[in-house]
Amino acid sequence: MNIFQGIKMAIASILSNKLRSLLTMLGIIIGVGSVIALVALGQGTTKAITEQVQGLGSDLITVNIMGRGSSNSINYEQAIGLREVDGIAGLAPVNNQSATLKYGTVSTNVSVIGTNMDYLSVQSYEMASGRFIAQLDLDYNQKIAVLGADTAVELFGFVNPVGEYVQINGIRYKVVGLLAEKGDSSSGSNDDIVMIPLTSSERLFRSVGVRTLYATVQSEAMMESAKAELDQQLSKLFRGNTNSYTIMNAEDLLKTVTSVSDTLSLALGGIAGISLLVGGIGIMNIMLVSVTERTREIGIRKAIGANKRDILVQFLIEAVVLSGLGGIIGIVAGIGAGQLASSALGMDVVFSTNIILLAFGFSVAVGVVFGLFPSNKAASLKPIDALRYD
Amino acid sequence: MNALDEVTLYADSGEFLAIIGPSGSGKSTLMNVIGCLDSPTSGEYWLDGEEVSRLRDNKLAGIRNRKIGFIFQNFNLLTKLTAVENVELPLIYRGVPAKLRREQAINALRKVGLEERIGHRPNQLSGGQQQRVAIARALAGDPPLLLADEPTGALDSKTSKEVMGLIKSLNEQGHTIILITHDLDIAQQAKRLVRIQDGRLTEEGSG
Repeated sequence: MNIFQGIKMAIASILSNKLRSLLTMLGIIIGVGSVIALVALGQGTTKAITEQVQGLGSDLITVNIMGRGSSNSINYEQAIGLREVDGIAGLAPVNNQSATLKYGTVSTNVSVIGTNMDYLSVQSYEMASGRFIAQLDLDYNQKIAVLGADTAVELFGFVNPVGEYVQINGIRYKVVGLLAEKGDSSSGSNDDIVMIPLTSSERLFRSVGVRTLYATVQSEAMMESAKAELDQQLSKLFRGNTNSYTIMNAEDLLKTVTSVSDTLSLALGGIAGISLLVGGIGIMNIMLVSVTERTREIGIRKAIGANKRDILVQFLIEAVVLSGLGGIIGIVAGIGAGQLASSALGMDVVFSTNIILLAFGFSVAVGVVFGLFPSNKAASLKPIDALRYD
Repeated sequence: MNALDEVTLYADSGEFLAIIGPSGSGKSTLMNVIGCLDSPTSGEYWLDGEEVSRLRDNKLAGIRNRKIGFIFQNFNLLTKLTAVENVELPLIYRGVPAKLRREQAINALRKVGLEERIGHRPNQLSGGQQQRVAIARALAGDPPLLLADEPTGALDSKTSKEVMGLIKSLNEQGHTIILITHDLDIAQQAKRLVRIQDGRLTEEGSG
């Protein structure tokens, strides 16, 4: 008996009991479907984050101050002092707050960034009109503001806001500049913002100190040495407590993202493995029932010349076709569920052929492993006993 | 105690032999040995020029497939398959290619007069028709021996007569037939009659 004949017999037998076959396959369908959908969502998210991180620029260093004890920030002078580090091209300390911005009767909630003149180049913004914050503005606590593109449109429509006055939390600020549009990134909109001098921000929000620093290096080759020296200086500021701050560049962020997504993939793989195992036990259970029910059929087949191998192959193919069919339906269901989730939740999905093939291969392997025991049981039946069975 | 004791039986090619005995006489055991479903604990069994009593299970499956056509009391057709698929079954295990297999199966069904019913499932056929499908299945591989175990046991007297008529005509066409029964009327239609009692055989002469 050849394999093709065996597959035909298996399909006929599966079709003769459709509901039971479907319920048997359900475990495999859910296992394969969920792994494909979840991994696709996970990889889509990873891809989106990776692209955003890469969009930050490869020469950017981000320093976050967590602080120790009561000192959870560094002051402006300390921050500016870090600019002396070798290889640093620009350094922008940031005091970031949320505030209400008002022009006439229109008001909106925006992120207010208190910073210095380096911010423009460090975060690669471009001016649309007017000027950016200057050192003098910081020295004299000038109440001037630079508007992000979206903020300007929201408050002024398409009128040029330069020269107008806006109120930030009730205080009058003169608009001196308008930024060109930059687009969104992982940290939210880049255009829905207002920038003011760091010193006036400290006064406005009664919050002294800098908790975030952005720096750029002169060239990528100086990245490592600049990071090391920054680390040294900060360590000095916090008296050797290196847990008080983090220094990250795009590469470090990518590593973090990758390690998170790797852990996630491993967890998903584990869940999928367990559900496939449960599905496999379901298949074994049904195959054992099927062997008992079909004892007489096995007896008849053996009496007219089927040998042990023929029966073994017949039942094994049946188990594999069941699990393989479940795998195929699972793949279709998984792709469908992934697409549905991506359009419903607005998430990216990336379907990887490797995962799909792996899931299918695994489901077929489950069929072989869990089909072997029932098939062997069927094949070992003695024809005279099997024929006598009712 | 053995079910069969010192049994010696010889059947020639083209013979029509009936073995008769009450239940518990060792009839079924003898039939299982003749049908290669079971091996004797001692002694020899030569079938079609081959000593088969010491063969392994897989070899015996091959012998059953090529040399014996079974006709059972309760037909033993596979209910999910059509008549022609049932008849094809021994040919599948013999490895006959699909087209030739279908041809041979239809020929066998024609011999038993059921060529009109090839697409029917067993539950769409009468008892007599089912037994004829079973006979066609036994014939399909053209084995040297047809082994009938109470072939009319599940049939009424009218269809019994038809089925026995068919079996007799098969013998006239040259098929060797061994028929096992407890019914003297049926047994007497064979050309030669052997009685089995408590595991021992006695020759009864021609019927």
